[in-house]
Amino acid sequence: MSEYILELKNITKRFGGVEVLHGVSLALRPGEVHAILGENGAGKSTLIKVITGVHQPDGGEIYLNGEHVHFGDPLQARQAGIAAIYQELSLCLDLNVAENIFLGQQPTTVGGRIDWRKLYSEADRLLTSLGVHLDVRTKARNLSIAQMQSIEIARAFSLNARILIMDEPTSSLTLSEAAELFGLMRRLRSEGTAIIFISHRLEELFEVADRVTVLRDGTYVDTRLVKDVTRDQLIRLMVGRTISNLFPKQDVTPGEIALKVEHLTHTGIFEDINFELRRGEILGMAGLVGAGRTDVARAIFGVVPPTGGTIQVEGRQVEITSPQQAISLGLAYVPEDRQLHGLITAMNITSNISLPILQEYARRGWLQDKAERSAAFNAARQMEVRANSMWQIARTLSGGNQQKVVLAKWLSTRPRILILDEPTRGIDVGTKAAVHALMSNLAAEGIAILMISSELPEVLGMSDRILVMHEGHMTGLFSRAEATQEKIISAATQTIAPGEAM
Amino acid sequence: MTVKNPPATRFNLLTTLTRFREFGIIIIILILTVLVSLRAPVFLTPGNFRDILVDISILVIVALAQTIVILTHGIDLSVGSSIGLVAMMVAFTIKANPNISLVLVVLLGMALGAMLGTFNGLIIAIGKVPPIIATLGTLGIYRGMVFLYSQGYWVPPYQLPDAFKMLAKGTPLGVPNIIIFAIVAAILVYYFLNYTRTGRNIYAVGSNPEAAQYVGIRKQRIIFLVYVLAGIAAGLAGVLWASRFESSQTNTALGFELQTVAASIVGGVSISGGVGTVPGVLLGALLLGMINNAVTLVRISPFWEQAAQGLLILIAVVSDILILRGTQRNKS
Repeated sequence: MSEYILELKNITKRFGGVEVLHGVSLALRPGEVHAILGENGAGKSTLIKVITGVHQPDGGEIYLNGEHVHFGDPLQARQAGIAAIYQELSLCLDLNVAENIFLGQQPTTVGGRIDWRKLYSEADRLLTSLGVHLDVRTKARNLSIAQMQSIEIARAFSLNARILIMDEPTSSLTLSEAAELFGLMRRLRSEGTAIIFISHRLEELFEVADRVTVLRDGTYVDTRLVKDVTRDQLIRLMVGRTISNLFPKQDVTPGEIALKVEHLTHTGIFEDINFELRRGEILGMAGLVGAGRTDVARAIFGVVPPTGGTIQVEGRQVEITSPQQAISLGLAYVPEDRQLHGLITAMNITSNISLPILQEYARRGWLQDKAERSAAFNAARQMEVRANSMWQIARTLSGGNQQKVVLAKWLSTRPRILILDEPTRGIDVGTKAAVHALMSNLAAEGIAILMISSELPEVLGMSDRILVMHEGHMTGLFSRAEATQEKIISAATQTIAPGEAM
Repeated sequence: MTVKNPPATRFNLLTTLTRFREFGIIIIILILTVLVSLRAPVFLTPGNFRDILVDISILVIVALAQTIVILTHGIDLSVGSSIGLVAMMVAFTIKANPNISLVLVVLLGMALGAMLGTFNGLIIAIGKVPPIIATLGTLGIYRGMVFLYSQGYWVPPYQLPDAFKMLAKGTPLGVPNIIIFAIVAAILVYYFLNYTRTGRNIYAVGSNPEAAQYVGIRKQRIIFLVYVLAGIAAGLAGVLWASRFESSQTNTALGFELQTVAASIVGGVSISGGVGTVPGVLLGALLLGMINNAVTLVRISPFWEQAAQGLLILIAVVSDILILRGTQRNKS
């Protein structure tokens, strides 16, 4: 019998041509809470999905109680006693509490008939043993997030799981709900359950975890005992890289204030955001996925108007209620998901670029083709789009070139304030550098740029100033000179008591 | 973890709204009954009620299968053509072998339907073609096969043996057999959806496919299965159709798929999957059948019938959307 209940050795995983896990190892003891820590994109979620059989590894081995195993699908992993609570809750909202707990494993009589009475009584017993009081016949749709989570936990228990994986279970819980969850985790640990715990809140990790494994960019960094490690050491392990000068932001003397945001609030999503953005400046917005950065950008652009606070554009106070209005004020927003919000993938390059300014090429409702084409061509050339022709369908372009088309599209509106949401996500290194150079040129021309990025090197290299958000609050604002990776990570992971903001 | 229930008032209203849809159909049925029987008292006689039931029996059988498909967030537009093809093949078979056993005929029809459904299931579950497109394609293919198979001829009543005609209208149990078929189908589907794991998994797949996969439900198998079931139901319906109308024509059940979808949706089945009950669908089919019957009795233009059906579908779908929106608002 092995010392470990679960061992992963040199797991690799590729999606398409991209390797996202490079030989990651992990060893889990029975009766421990083992935290996995890493930045956005470090490979935590992929690793979890390999353990639970959602993804199959391309290399490496998995040992369960010392035996070599292979999980072809989630069912096999569940039957082996591995249960997971995913970040995105996986309930069927149209089914009731009891059915969700026993989803796919409903108790049946000898004849194979579902035993509803047993289903309800077992569900009730399970919830009671977890200290949850809920009517098991309530539809999942009518539950609060915390209640939904307790159902997922009950589901894990219905299988007598020996290994429980919790992917950011506290991200939508209140502090007291989280404290109760930790109590439950400690109880399970004392009963011998091994728990893999993922959280971005370092404080929580010190509160509940026994050991911690750090991942970075899909590689294994180290495993430490939590009691022997400090917060700063962990941050250094997560970051652990030196910044090369990949990011050529030219020095620009900032001009007048282009955008000023004061006390911007959307109740329940973000609160009291304050910053100003000058012409020629790039303001980086750092933070973890889900910190509310995109919501702030969407509020400024009028997609989802804020519930409080003020916005000033070029010195004038404005109330932006629609993207059309934002565009007419000189704003442009390049969203994070190119495929979803940025491009009409079935249309060609020309049509995509001229989409926001079609009005300019229309005479009495008819498009003036020639003018449209030449304007699109110029914008595409400025952005160095690489394509066979201007008629190439956007879907067939590479990710980097798609991003350039999106940029060209917004530049054709001649914006004075440009909001970029993850401008280089998912594009290769060479194109990345090109996009960075373009951003730098645009800033030099006097455009004010607000850049949301989850990649620390990009934030540090490209930004004149850096605003850090965590769970809807501003937790830091650093100048280029004072910003370091450690400071940013620290601000992006700190837990804030309600009411305390910067 | 102690978790408190959210304020009860909010969701009592919602629960009422959700239940309102089945309740709502009953109300509409009652109002319709009163209005029509004022103008045509014959509407409220047992004989007329039996006629309505006979009229909707085939609809019930296929609408129940359509419901199973819609529960997975799919749709089967090919059922009308499948009915036509099976009816034609069965009619030709009986014409050639007048002494064939009726049990064999029914089984043959269901087997033929299963084959057609299997083809749909393969395209959708393995070929990953969106159901509406896949079955729109087979709608055309199966209807085309009716013409190819029959060479454009039809099977008139005198070419079919009396025993076969009695399959639908015979009354050994006091009511026409065709009603018995529908009742048995309803009981089977009710049991299947509520008392088997596969049945519950169908709801799970329609409600949240990712969640279903995470707990180890084999989604593609479920999706494949529902189209086979729809094929089997269409096969049975094809046999009953040929027996009831004592003939088989190239346009048999043309456009019938839309009525099955209508009965499901009016019966409260959500087009986005995961929601729907057998009693609801039975009421939906009954309502459509009553409108059909009333239009004839009250002697208003049959054009009104289609308009009324269309209006009912819109009411059902809009209330579906409103309820969904209401729940989402409650959550945020």
